[in-house]
Amino acid sequence: MGNFGLKVDKFIEIFIEQNGYVKVVQGLQNTVFIAVAGLIIGILIGTVIATVKVLPKYKMLPRVLNGVCNLYVALFRGTPIVVQLLVGYYVLVPLTGVNLPGIRVAMIVFGMNSGAYISEIMRSGIQSVDSGQMEAGRAVGLSFGTSMMKIVIPQAVKNILPTLGNEFIALIKETSVVSFIAVADLYMAFNYIGTNSYEFMVPYLVMALIYIVLVLIITLLVRVLERSLKKSDRRN
Amino acid sequence: MIDVINLKKNFGSLEILKGINITVNKGDIVAVLGPSGSGKSTFLRCLNCMEDPTEGSIIFNGVDIADMKVDINVHRRHMGMVFQHFNLFNNKTVLQNVMMAPAYLKCKDLKQAKSKNRMTKVKNLFRGNKEELIQITATKEQIKAEAKQQALNLLKRIGLDDKADAYPSTLSGGQKQRVAIIRSLAMNPDVILFDEPTSALDPEMVGEVLELMKELASEGMTMVVVTHEMGFAREVASRVIFMDDGQIKEEAPPEEFFDNPKDERLKEFLSKIL
Repeated sequence: MGNFGLKVDKFIEIFIEQNGYVKVVQGLQNTVFIAVAGLIIGILIGTVIATVKVLPKYKMLPRVLNGVCNLYVALFRGTPIVVQLLVGYYVLVPLTGVNLPGIRVAMIVFGMNSGAYISEIMRSGIQSVDSGQMEAGRAVGLSFGTSMMKIVIPQAVKNILPTLGNEFIALIKETSVVSFIAVADLYMAFNYIGTNSYEFMVPYLVMALIYIVLVLIITLLVRVLERSLKKSDRRN
Repeated sequence: MIDVINLKKNFGSLEILKGINITVNKGDIVAVLGPSGSGKSTFLRCLNCMEDPTEGSIIFNGVDIADMKVDINVHRRHMGMVFQHFNLFNNKTVLQNVMMAPAYLKCKDLKQAKSKNRMTKVKNLFRGNKEELIQITATKEQIKAEAKQQALNLLKRIGLDDKADAYPSTLSGGQKQRVAIIRSLAMNPDVILFDEPTSALDPEMVGEVLELMKELASEGMTMVVVTHEMGFAREVASRVIFMDDGQIKEEAPPEEFFDNPKDERLKEFLSKIL
Protein backbone atom coordinates (compact mmCIF):
# COMPACT_ATOMS: atom_id res chain seq x y z
CA MET A 1 0.00 0.00 0.00
CA GLY A 2 3.05 2.23 0.44
CA ASN A 3 3.15 3.43 -3.07
CA PHE A 4 -0.61 4.01 -3.39
CA GLY A 5 -0.06 7.73 -3.09
CA LEU A 6 2.47 7.49 -5.87
CA LYS A 7 -0.05 5.70 -8.05
CA VAL A 8 -2.64 8.38 -7.36
CA ASP A 9 -0.11 11.05 -8.30
CA LYS A 10 0.63 9.26 -11.54
CA PHE A 11 -3.09 8.96 -12.31
CA ILE A 12 -3.68 12.63 -11.63
CA GLU A 13 -0.73 13.55 -13.80
CA ILE A 14 -2.09 11.65 -16.80
CA PHE A 15 -5.68 12.60 -16.02
CA ILE A 16 -5.08 16.32 -15.93
CA GLU A 17 -1.76 17.17 -17.52
CA GLN A 18 -1.90 14.77 -20.43
CA ASN A 19 -5.54 15.50 -21.18
CA GLY A 20 -6.79 12.19 -19.83
CA TYR A 21 -9.93 13.92 -18.65
CA VAL A 22 -10.87 14.74 -22.23
CA LYS A 23 -10.94 11.02 -22.99
CA VAL A 24 -12.90 10.32 -19.83
CA VAL A 25 -15.51 12.97 -20.59
CA GLN A 26 -15.73 11.68 -24.14
CA GLY A 27 -16.09 8.11 -22.87
CA LEU A 28 -18.69 9.09 -20.31
CA GLN A 29 -20.64 10.89 -22.99
CA ASN A 30 -20.54 7.87 -25.29
CA THR A 31 -21.56 5.50 -22.51
CA VAL A 32 -24.52 7.67 -21.54
CA PHE A 33 -25.53 8.28 -25.16
CA ILE A 34 -25.51 4.59 -26.01
CA ALA A 35 -27.49 3.70 -22.90
CA VAL A 36 -30.07 6.46 -23.37
CA ALA A 37 -30.49 5.80 -27.09
CA GLY A 38 -30.66 2.07 -26.34
CA LEU A 39 -33.36 2.64 -23.75
CA ILE A 40 -35.45 4.83 -26.06
CA ILE A 41 -35.17 2.43 -29.00
CA GLY A 42 -35.78 -0.45 -26.60
CA ILE A 43 -38.95 1.09 -25.20
CA LEU A 44 -40.28 1.76 -28.70
CA ILE A 45 -39.54 -1.76 -29.93
CA GLY A 46 -40.68 -3.31 -26.67
CA THR A 47 -43.99 -1.44 -26.74
CA VAL A 48 -44.69 -2.50 -30.29
CA ILE A 49 -43.88 -6.15 -29.57
CA ALA A 50 -45.91 -6.15 -26.36
CA THR A 51 -48.88 -4.63 -28.20
CA VAL A 52 -48.65 -7.27 -30.90
CA LYS A 53 -48.56 -9.97 -28.24
CA VAL A 54 -51.76 -8.80 -26.59
CA LEU A 55 -53.66 -8.34 -29.87
CA PRO A 56 -56.71 -10.56 -30.26
CA LYS A 57 -55.57 -13.48 -32.37
CA TYR A 58 -58.42 -14.68 -34.53
CA LYS A 59 -57.23 -13.02 -37.69
CA MET A 60 -54.26 -14.05 -39.79
CA LEU A 61 -52.19 -10.87 -39.59
CA PRO A 62 -51.82 -10.69 -35.79
CA ARG A 63 -50.77 -14.34 -35.76
CA VAL A 64 -48.05 -13.77 -38.34
CA LEU A 65 -46.84 -10.66 -36.51
CA ASN A 66 -46.85 -12.61 -33.28
CA GLY A 67 -44.63 -15.25 -34.85
CA VAL A 68 -42.20 -12.61 -36.10
CA CYS A 69 -42.05 -11.02 -32.65
CA ASN A 70 -41.43 -14.37 -30.98
CA LEU A 71 -38.58 -15.01 -33.38
CA TYR A 72 -37.13 -11.58 -32.67
CA VAL A 73 -37.26 -12.06 -28.93
CA ALA A 74 -35.77 -15.56 -29.17
CA LEU A 75 -32.94 -14.24 -31.34
CA PHE A 76 -31.99 -11.31 -29.14
CA ARG A 77 -32.41 -13.07 -25.82
CA GLY A 78 -30.66 -16.16 -27.10
CA THR A 79 -27.34 -14.57 -28.02
CA PRO A 80 -24.89 -12.60 -25.86
CA ILE A 81 -24.79 -8.86 -26.42
CA VAL A 82 -21.10 -9.06 -27.37
CA VAL A 83 -21.93 -11.49 -30.15
CA GLN A 84 -24.70 -9.18 -31.37
CA LEU A 85 -22.30 -6.23 -31.40
CA LEU A 86 -19.67 -8.19 -33.31
CA VAL A 87 -22.17 -9.55 -35.81
CA GLY A 88 -23.68 -6.11 -36.26
CA TYR A 89 -20.40 -4.31 -36.73
CA TYR A 90 -18.26 -6.87 -38.53
CA VAL A 91 -20.93 -8.76 -40.50
CA LEU A 92 -24.07 -6.74 -41.13
CA VAL A 93 -22.48 -3.32 -41.68
CA PRO A 94 -20.01 -4.53 -44.35
CA LEU A 95 -22.59 -6.81 -45.92
CA THR A 96 -25.21 -4.11 -46.31
CA GLY A 97 -22.61 -1.55 -47.25
CA VAL A 98 -24.05 1.20 -45.06
CA ASN A 99 -21.48 3.49 -43.58
CA LEU A 100 -22.28 3.43 -39.88
CA PRO A 101 -19.79 4.47 -37.19
CA GLY A 102 -19.35 2.06 -34.29
CA ILE A 103 -21.24 4.21 -31.84
CA ARG A 104 -24.37 4.20 -34.02
CA VAL A 105 -24.12 0.43 -34.37
CA ALA A 106 -23.81 0.16 -30.61
CA MET A 107 -26.90 2.32 -30.06
CA ILE A 108 -28.96 0.25 -32.47
CA VAL A 109 -27.75 -3.10 -31.17
CA PHE A 110 -28.31 -2.13 -27.54
CA GLY A 111 -31.73 -0.76 -28.45
CA MET A 112 -32.75 -3.92 -30.25
CA ASN A 113 -31.37 -6.08 -27.47
CA SER A 114 -33.14 -4.27 -24.66
CA GLY A 115 -36.28 -4.11 -26.84
CA ALA A 116 -36.52 -7.88 -26.53
CA TYR A 117 -36.37 -7.66 -22.75
CA ILE A 118 -38.56 -4.59 -22.43
CA SER A 119 -41.25 -6.27 -24.56
CA GLU A 120 -41.82 -8.81 -21.81
CA ILE A 121 -41.72 -6.15 -19.10
CA MET A 122 -44.20 -4.07 -21.08
CA ARG A 123 -46.46 -7.05 -21.69
CA SER A 124 -46.71 -7.75 -17.99
CA GLY A 125 -47.42 -4.05 -17.50
CA ILE A 126 -50.20 -4.05 -20.07
CA GLN A 127 -51.71 -7.16 -18.54
CA SER A 128 -51.60 -5.55 -15.11
CA VAL A 129 -54.04 -2.88 -16.30
CA ASP A 130 -57.66 -3.87 -15.74
CA SER A 131 -59.22 -5.13 -18.98
CA GLY A 132 -62.16 -2.82 -18.29
CA GLN A 133 -59.98 0.14 -19.26
CA MET A 134 -59.54 -1.18 -22.78
CA GLU A 135 -63.24 -2.08 -22.96
CA ALA A 136 -64.28 1.39 -21.87
CA GLY A 137 -62.04 2.90 -24.53
CA ARG A 138 -63.45 0.65 -27.22
CA ALA A 139 -67.00 1.30 -26.01
CA VAL A 140 -66.75 5.04 -26.67
CA GLY A 141 -65.58 4.32 -30.21
CA LEU A 142 -61.80 4.57 -29.88
CA SER A 143 -59.84 2.04 -31.92
CA PHE A 144 -57.70 -0.69 -30.36
CA GLY A 145 -54.52 1.29 -31.11
CA THR A 146 -55.83 4.55 -29.70
CA SER A 147 -57.17 2.94 -26.54
CA MET A 148 -53.81 1.27 -26.14
CA MET A 149 -51.76 4.44 -26.67
CA LYS A 150 -53.92 6.85 -24.69
CA ILE A 151 -55.29 4.73 -21.90
CA VAL A 152 -53.65 1.36 -21.33
CA ILE A 153 -49.97 2.04 -22.00
CA PRO A 154 -49.74 5.20 -19.83
CA GLN A 155 -51.10 3.16 -16.93
CA ALA A 156 -48.88 0.19 -17.79
CA VAL A 157 -45.76 2.38 -17.86
CA LYS A 158 -46.57 3.67 -14.42
CA ASN A 159 -46.77 0.12 -13.14
CA ILE A 160 -43.52 -1.00 -14.69
CA LEU A 161 -41.44 2.09 -14.01
CA PRO A 162 -39.31 0.45 -11.27
CA THR A 163 -38.54 -2.50 -13.57
CA LEU A 164 -37.82 -0.14 -16.43
CA GLY A 165 -35.36 1.65 -14.16
CA ASN A 166 -33.72 -1.71 -13.54
CA GLU A 167 -33.42 -2.24 -17.27
CA PHE A 168 -31.80 1.17 -17.73
CA ILE A 169 -29.28 0.43 -14.98
CA ALA A 170 -28.47 -2.94 -16.53
CA LEU A 171 -28.13 -1.23 -19.89
CA ILE A 172 -25.68 1.41 -18.73
CA LYS A 173 -23.48 -1.25 -17.19
CA GLU A 174 -23.68 -3.53 -20.19
CA THR A 175 -22.39 -0.76 -22.44
CA SER A 176 -18.94 -1.44 -21.00
CA VAL A 177 -18.50 -4.09 -23.71
CA VAL A 178 -18.70 -1.68 -26.65
CA SER A 179 -14.90 -1.57 -26.77
CA PHE A 180 -15.25 -4.86 -28.66
CA ILE A 181 -16.20 -2.79 -31.69
CA ALA A 182 -13.74 -0.01 -30.89
CA VAL A 183 -16.17 2.53 -29.47
CA ALA A 184 -14.49 4.83 -26.96
CA ASP A 185 -16.57 4.39 -23.83
CA LEU A 186 -15.65 4.82 -20.17
CA TYR A 187 -13.70 1.59 -20.09
CA MET A 188 -11.63 2.59 -23.13
CA ALA A 189 -10.85 5.96 -21.54
CA PHE A 190 -9.55 4.50 -18.32
CA ASN A 191 -7.78 1.73 -20.15
CA TYR A 192 -5.98 4.44 -22.12
CA ILE A 193 -4.89 6.15 -18.91
CA GLY A 194 -3.78 2.83 -17.49
CA THR A 195 -1.71 1.87 -20.50
CA ASN A 196 -0.01 5.22 -20.59
CA SER A 197 1.02 5.11 -16.96
CA TYR A 198 1.63 1.33 -16.77
CA GLU A 199 -0.62 1.56 -13.76
CA PHE A 200 -4.19 0.21 -13.69
CA MET A 201 -5.20 0.20 -10.05
CA VAL A 202 -6.34 3.79 -9.63
CA PRO A 203 -7.93 4.25 -13.09
CA TYR A 204 -10.12 1.17 -12.72
CA LEU A 205 -11.07 2.16 -9.20
CA VAL A 206 -12.17 5.59 -10.43
CA MET A 207 -14.04 3.91 -13.28
CA ALA A 208 -15.98 1.77 -10.82
CA LEU A 209 -16.84 4.88 -8.82
CA ILE A 210 -18.15 6.67 -11.90
CA TYR A 211 -20.40 3.72 -12.76
CA ILE A 212 -21.78 3.67 -9.23
CA VAL A 213 -22.47 7.40 -9.33
CA LEU A 214 -24.20 7.01 -12.71
CA VAL A 215 -26.43 4.26 -11.37
CA LEU A 216 -27.27 6.26 -8.26
CA ILE A 217 -28.28 9.22 -10.42
CA ILE A 218 -30.56 6.97 -12.49
CA THR A 219 -32.10 5.54 -9.33
CA LEU A 220 -32.85 9.06 -8.18
CA LEU A 221 -34.33 10.05 -11.53
CA VAL A 222 -36.61 7.02 -11.59
CA ARG A 223 -37.80 7.84 -8.10
CA VAL A 224 -38.60 11.44 -9.05
CA LEU A 225 -40.42 10.29 -12.18
CA GLU A 226 -42.39 7.73 -10.19
CA ARG A 227 -43.50 10.39 -7.75
CA SER A 228 -44.62 12.76 -10.49
CA LEU A 229 -46.68 10.00 -12.14
CA LYS A 230 -48.37 9.15 -8.90
CA LYS A 231 -50.86 11.97 -8.92
CA SER A 232 -53.72 9.83 -10.27
CA ASP A 233 -53.01 7.18 -7.68
CA ARG A 234 -54.47 6.82 -4.26
CA ARG A 235 -51.53 4.84 -2.96
CA ASN A 236 -48.91 7.06 -1.43
CA MET B 1 -83.19 0.81 -34.17
CA ILE B 2 -81.51 -2.40 -33.06
CA ASP B 3 -82.69 -5.68 -34.56
CA VAL B 4 -81.16 -8.78 -33.08
CA ILE B 5 -81.69 -11.82 -35.25
CA ASN B 6 -80.93 -15.32 -34.04
CA LEU B 7 -77.95 -14.22 -31.94
CA LYS B 8 -75.77 -17.05 -30.69
CA LYS B 9 -72.59 -16.92 -28.69
CA ASN B 10 -70.30 -19.76 -27.67
CA PHE B 11 -67.28 -19.62 -25.43
CA GLY B 12 -65.40 -22.65 -26.64
CA SER B 13 -67.87 -25.50 -26.42
CA LEU B 14 -69.99 -23.66 -23.87
CA GLU B 15 -73.17 -22.25 -25.36
CA ILE B 16 -74.05 -19.00 -23.65
CA LEU B 17 -76.66 -17.52 -25.98
CA LYS B 18 -78.90 -19.93 -27.85
CA GLY B 19 -80.67 -17.80 -30.42
CA ILE B 20 -81.89 -14.41 -29.25
CA ASN B 21 -84.39 -12.38 -31.28
CA ILE B 22 -85.37 -8.95 -30.15
CA THR B 23 -86.10 -5.51 -31.53
CA VAL B 24 -85.31 -2.28 -29.73
CA ASN B 25 -87.09 0.77 -31.12
CA LYS B 26 -86.18 4.39 -30.64
CA GLY B 27 -87.20 5.58 -27.19
CA ASP B 28 -87.55 2.08 -25.80
CA ILE B 29 -86.28 1.33 -22.35
CA VAL B 30 -85.65 -2.38 -22.20
CA ALA B 31 -84.83 -3.95 -18.86
CA VAL B 32 -83.18 -7.35 -18.98
CA LEU B 33 -83.66 -9.53 -15.91
CA GLY B 34 -82.60 -13.04 -15.14
CA PRO B 35 -80.61 -15.23 -12.78
CA SER B 36 -76.83 -15.01 -12.91
CA GLY B 37 -75.30 -17.16 -15.59
CA SER B 38 -78.32 -16.71 -17.82
CA GLY B 39 -76.36 -14.76 -20.42
CA LYS B 40 -77.74 -11.27 -19.75
CA SER B 41 -74.37 -9.56 -19.69
CA THR B 42 -73.07 -11.55 -22.64
CA PHE B 43 -76.17 -10.55 -24.58
CA LEU B 44 -75.60 -6.89 -23.78
CA ARG B 45 -71.92 -7.09 -24.63
CA CYS B 46 -72.79 -8.71 -27.94
CA LEU B 47 -74.99 -5.73 -28.81
CA ASN B 48 -71.96 -3.50 -29.35
CA CYS B 49 -69.73 -6.41 -30.35
CA MET B 50 -67.64 -6.20 -27.20
CA GLU B 51 -68.03 -9.95 -27.55
CA ASP B 52 -68.15 -11.03 -31.16
CA PRO B 53 -71.32 -13.03 -31.81
CA THR B 54 -70.72 -16.59 -32.97
CA GLU B 55 -73.78 -16.54 -35.18
CA GLY B 56 -76.64 -14.29 -36.11
CA SER B 57 -76.82 -10.61 -36.91
CA ILE B 58 -77.27 -7.34 -35.09
CA ILE B 59 -78.77 -4.70 -37.32
CA PHE B 60 -78.01 -1.28 -35.88
CA ASN B 61 -79.31 1.70 -37.86
CA GLY B 62 -79.54 -0.50 -40.92
CA VAL B 63 -76.06 -2.00 -40.76
CA ASP B 64 -75.20 -5.51 -39.61
CA ILE B 65 -72.50 -4.78 -37.06
CA ALA B 66 -71.95 -8.44 -36.28
CA ASP B 67 -70.27 -8.64 -39.68
CA MET B 68 -66.52 -8.66 -39.08
CA LYS B 69 -65.90 -6.48 -42.13
CA VAL B 70 -67.80 -3.53 -40.68
CA ASP B 71 -65.71 -0.86 -38.95
CA ILE B 72 -67.19 -1.38 -35.52
CA ASN B 73 -65.56 1.74 -34.07
CA VAL B 74 -67.75 4.00 -36.18
CA HIS B 75 -70.93 2.34 -34.92
CA ARG B 76 -69.82 2.21 -31.32
CA ARG B 77 -69.76 6.00 -31.32
CA HIS B 78 -73.55 5.89 -31.50
CA MET B 79 -73.83 3.24 -28.82
CA GLY B 80 -72.87 4.24 -25.32
CA MET B 81 -72.02 1.64 -22.72
CA VAL B 82 -71.96 1.83 -18.94
CA PHE B 83 -70.17 -0.88 -17.00
CA GLN B 84 -70.71 -2.51 -13.66
CA HIS B 85 -67.29 -1.43 -12.46
CA PHE B 86 -67.48 2.05 -14.02
CA ASN B 87 -64.17 1.66 -15.89
CA LEU B 88 -63.33 5.34 -15.83
CA PHE B 89 -59.92 6.01 -17.36
CA ASN B 90 -57.70 6.03 -14.29
CA ASN B 91 -54.95 8.10 -15.88
CA LYS B 92 -57.29 10.93 -16.88
CA THR B 93 -59.09 13.53 -14.83
CA VAL B 94 -62.87 13.52 -14.64
CA LEU B 95 -63.11 16.25 -17.27
CA GLN B 96 -60.70 14.45 -19.59
CA ASN B 97 -62.67 11.25 -19.12
CA VAL B 98 -65.79 12.95 -20.40
CA MET B 99 -64.33 15.04 -23.21
CA MET B 100 -61.59 12.76 -24.47
CA ALA B 101 -63.52 10.55 -26.87
CA PRO B 102 -65.58 13.29 -28.57
CA ALA B 103 -62.61 15.65 -28.88
CA TYR B 104 -60.24 12.99 -30.13
CA LEU B 105 -62.64 11.40 -32.60
CA LYS B 106 -63.82 14.71 -34.04
CA CYS B 107 -60.21 15.86 -34.46
CA LYS B 108 -59.46 12.58 -36.21
CA ASP B 109 -62.43 13.09 -38.54
CA LEU B 110 -61.20 16.61 -39.26
CA LYS B 111 -57.75 15.31 -40.12
CA GLN B 112 -59.23 12.69 -42.43
CA ALA B 113 -61.48 15.25 -44.11
CA LYS B 114 -58.50 17.55 -44.66
CA SER B 115 -56.35 14.86 -46.21
CA LYS B 116 -59.24 13.75 -48.37
CA ASN B 117 -59.77 17.33 -49.53
CA ARG B 118 -56.10 17.56 -50.44
CA MET B 119 -56.44 14.43 -52.55
CA THR B 120 -59.60 15.76 -54.18
CA LYS B 121 -57.87 19.04 -55.04
CA VAL B 122 -55.02 17.20 -56.74
CA LYS B 123 -57.46 14.95 -58.60
CA ASN B 124 -59.58 17.94 -59.62
CA LEU B 125 -56.61 19.34 -61.53
CA PHE B 126 -56.98 16.50 -64.02
CA ARG B 127 -60.75 16.29 -64.11
CA GLY B 128 -63.35 18.05 -66.18
CA ASN B 129 -66.18 18.00 -63.69
CA LYS B 130 -64.76 19.04 -60.33
CA GLU B 131 -65.57 17.06 -57.24
CA GLU B 132 -66.95 18.91 -54.23
CA LEU B 133 -64.69 19.43 -51.23
CA ILE B 134 -65.84 18.37 -47.79
CA GLN B 135 -67.00 21.39 -45.80
CA ILE B 136 -64.77 22.03 -42.82
CA THR B 137 -66.65 24.02 -40.24
CA ALA B 138 -64.39 24.05 -37.20
CA THR B 139 -60.70 24.11 -36.39
CA LYS B 140 -59.04 21.70 -34.00
CA GLU B 141 -59.04 24.30 -31.21
CA GLN B 142 -62.73 24.99 -31.69
CA ILE B 143 -63.55 21.29 -31.55
CA LYS B 144 -61.60 20.89 -28.34
CA ALA B 145 -63.13 23.97 -26.75
CA GLU B 146 -66.57 22.79 -27.74
CA ALA B 147 -66.00 19.30 -26.33
CA LYS B 148 -64.70 20.83 -23.12
CA GLN B 149 -67.70 23.11 -22.79
CA GLN B 150 -70.08 20.23 -23.41
CA ALA B 151 -68.25 18.10 -20.84
CA LEU B 152 -68.44 20.90 -18.28
CA ASN B 153 -72.14 21.33 -18.93
CA LEU B 154 -72.71 17.62 -18.44
CA LEU B 155 -70.67 17.66 -15.25
CA LYS B 156 -72.67 20.61 -13.99
CA ARG B 157 -75.82 18.68 -14.71
CA ILE B 158 -74.81 15.90 -12.33
CA GLY B 159 -73.41 18.43 -9.87
CA LEU B 160 -69.81 17.34 -10.17
CA ASP B 161 -68.33 20.36 -11.95
CA ASP B 162 -66.17 21.05 -8.90
CA LYS B 163 -64.56 17.62 -9.40
CA ALA B 164 -63.60 18.31 -13.01
CA ASP B 165 -59.87 18.22 -12.32
CA ALA B 166 -59.97 15.40 -9.79
CA TYR B 167 -58.84 11.89 -10.67
CA PRO B 168 -61.40 9.05 -10.63
CA SER B 169 -59.65 7.38 -7.68
CA THR B 170 -60.87 10.21 -5.44
CA LEU B 171 -64.55 9.82 -6.31
CA SER B 172 -67.14 7.69 -4.56
CA GLY B 173 -68.73 4.77 -6.40
CA GLY B 174 -71.92 6.65 -7.16
CA GLN B 175 -70.01 9.65 -8.47
CA LYS B 176 -67.85 7.40 -10.66
CA GLN B 177 -70.88 5.74 -12.17
CA ARG B 178 -72.57 9.05 -12.87
CA VAL B 179 -69.42 10.31 -14.56
CA ALA B 180 -69.32 7.07 -16.57
CA ILE B 181 -72.90 7.69 -17.69
CA ILE B 182 -72.24 11.23 -18.87
CA ARG B 183 -69.04 10.02 -20.52
CA SER B 184 -71.12 7.85 -22.81
CA LEU B 185 -73.68 10.67 -23.07
CA ALA B 186 -70.97 13.04 -24.35
CA MET B 187 -70.86 11.10 -27.61
CA ASN B 188 -74.57 11.88 -28.20
CA PRO B 189 -75.34 8.19 -28.64
CA ASP B 190 -78.55 6.81 -30.11
CA VAL B 191 -78.72 4.16 -27.44
CA ILE B 192 -76.96 3.49 -24.14
CA LEU B 193 -76.30 -0.03 -22.88
CA PHE B 194 -76.15 -0.45 -19.11
CA ASP B 195 -74.43 -3.54 -17.75
CA GLU B 196 -75.63 -3.86 -14.16
CA PRO B 197 -74.84 -0.20 -13.44
CA THR B 198 -75.76 -0.33 -9.78
CA SER B 199 -74.52 -3.77 -8.76
CA ALA B 200 -71.16 -2.56 -7.48
CA LEU B 201 -72.63 0.31 -5.47
CA ASP B 202 -73.74 0.47 -1.88
CA PRO B 203 -77.49 1.00 -1.35
CA GLU B 204 -77.16 4.69 -0.59
CA MET B 205 -75.44 5.40 -3.91
CA VAL B 206 -77.76 3.27 -6.00
CA GLY B 207 -80.38 6.02 -5.67
CA GLU B 208 -78.33 8.79 -7.26
CA VAL B 209 -77.40 6.62 -10.23
CA LEU B 210 -80.96 5.43 -10.80
CA GLU B 211 -82.14 9.02 -10.53
CA LEU B 212 -79.84 10.04 -13.38
CA MET B 213 -80.97 7.06 -15.45
CA LYS B 214 -84.62 7.98 -14.90
CA GLU B 215 -83.83 11.49 -16.02
CA LEU B 216 -82.31 10.18 -19.25
CA ALA B 217 -85.30 7.92 -19.74
CA SER B 218 -87.71 10.82 -19.40
CA GLU B 219 -85.73 12.70 -22.05
CA GLY B 220 -86.43 9.89 -24.48
CA MET B 221 -83.02 8.21 -24.51
CA THR B 222 -83.13 4.64 -25.78
CA MET B 223 -81.70 2.32 -23.16
CA VAL B 224 -81.03 -1.36 -22.71
CA VAL B 225 -80.49 -2.08 -19.04
CA VAL B 226 -79.30 -5.31 -17.50
CA THR B 227 -80.25 -4.92 -13.88
CA HIS B 228 -81.32 -6.49 -10.63
CA GLU B 229 -83.27 -3.39 -9.62
CA MET B 230 -86.84 -4.64 -9.86
CA GLY B 231 -88.21 -1.27 -8.78
CA PHE B 232 -86.41 0.46 -11.61
CA ALA B 233 -87.54 -2.13 -14.13
CA ARG B 234 -91.15 -1.81 -13.06
CA GLU B 235 -91.21 1.94 -12.86
CA VAL B 236 -89.12 3.07 -15.82
CA ALA B 237 -88.90 0.26 -18.36
CA SER B 238 -91.21 0.16 -21.33
CA ARG B 239 -90.50 -3.53 -21.77
CA VAL B 240 -89.01 -6.16 -19.51
CA ILE B 241 -87.20 -9.22 -20.73
CA PHE B 242 -86.56 -12.33 -18.72
CA MET B 243 -83.58 -14.41 -19.76
CA ASP B 244 -82.68 -17.87 -18.62
CA ASP B 245 -80.35 -20.48 -20.02
CA GLY B 246 -79.30 -18.30 -22.95
CA GLN B 247 -82.81 -17.71 -24.18
CA ILE B 248 -85.47 -15.05 -23.82
CA LYS B 249 -88.18 -16.71 -21.77
CA GLU B 250 -90.57 -13.82 -21.49
CA GLU B 251 -90.91 -10.37 -22.96
CA ALA B 252 -93.68 -8.12 -21.74
CA PRO B 253 -94.58 -4.63 -20.53
CA PRO B 254 -93.63 -4.26 -16.84
CA GLU B 255 -97.20 -4.47 -15.41
CA GLU B 256 -97.88 -7.72 -17.16
CA PHE B 257 -94.38 -9.01 -16.50
CA PHE B 258 -94.54 -8.58 -12.75
CA ASP B 259 -98.24 -9.10 -12.08
CA ASN B 260 -99.10 -11.79 -14.56
CA PRO B 261 -95.98 -13.78 -15.50
CA LYS B 262 -96.53 -16.73 -17.80
CA ASP B 263 -93.22 -18.54 -17.89
CA GLU B 264 -92.73 -21.08 -15.06
CA ARG B 265 -89.11 -20.19 -14.52
CA LEU B 266 -90.02 -16.50 -14.31
CA LYS B 267 -92.72 -17.22 -11.72
CA GLU B 268 -90.16 -19.04 -9.62
CA PHE B 269 -87.64 -16.20 -10.09
CA LEU B 270 -90.13 -13.55 -9.09
CA SER B 271 -91.39 -15.48 -6.10
CA LYS B 272 -87.86 -15.60 -4.75
CA ILE B 273 -87.10 -11.93 -5.05
CA LEU B 274 -90.38 -10.13 -4.52
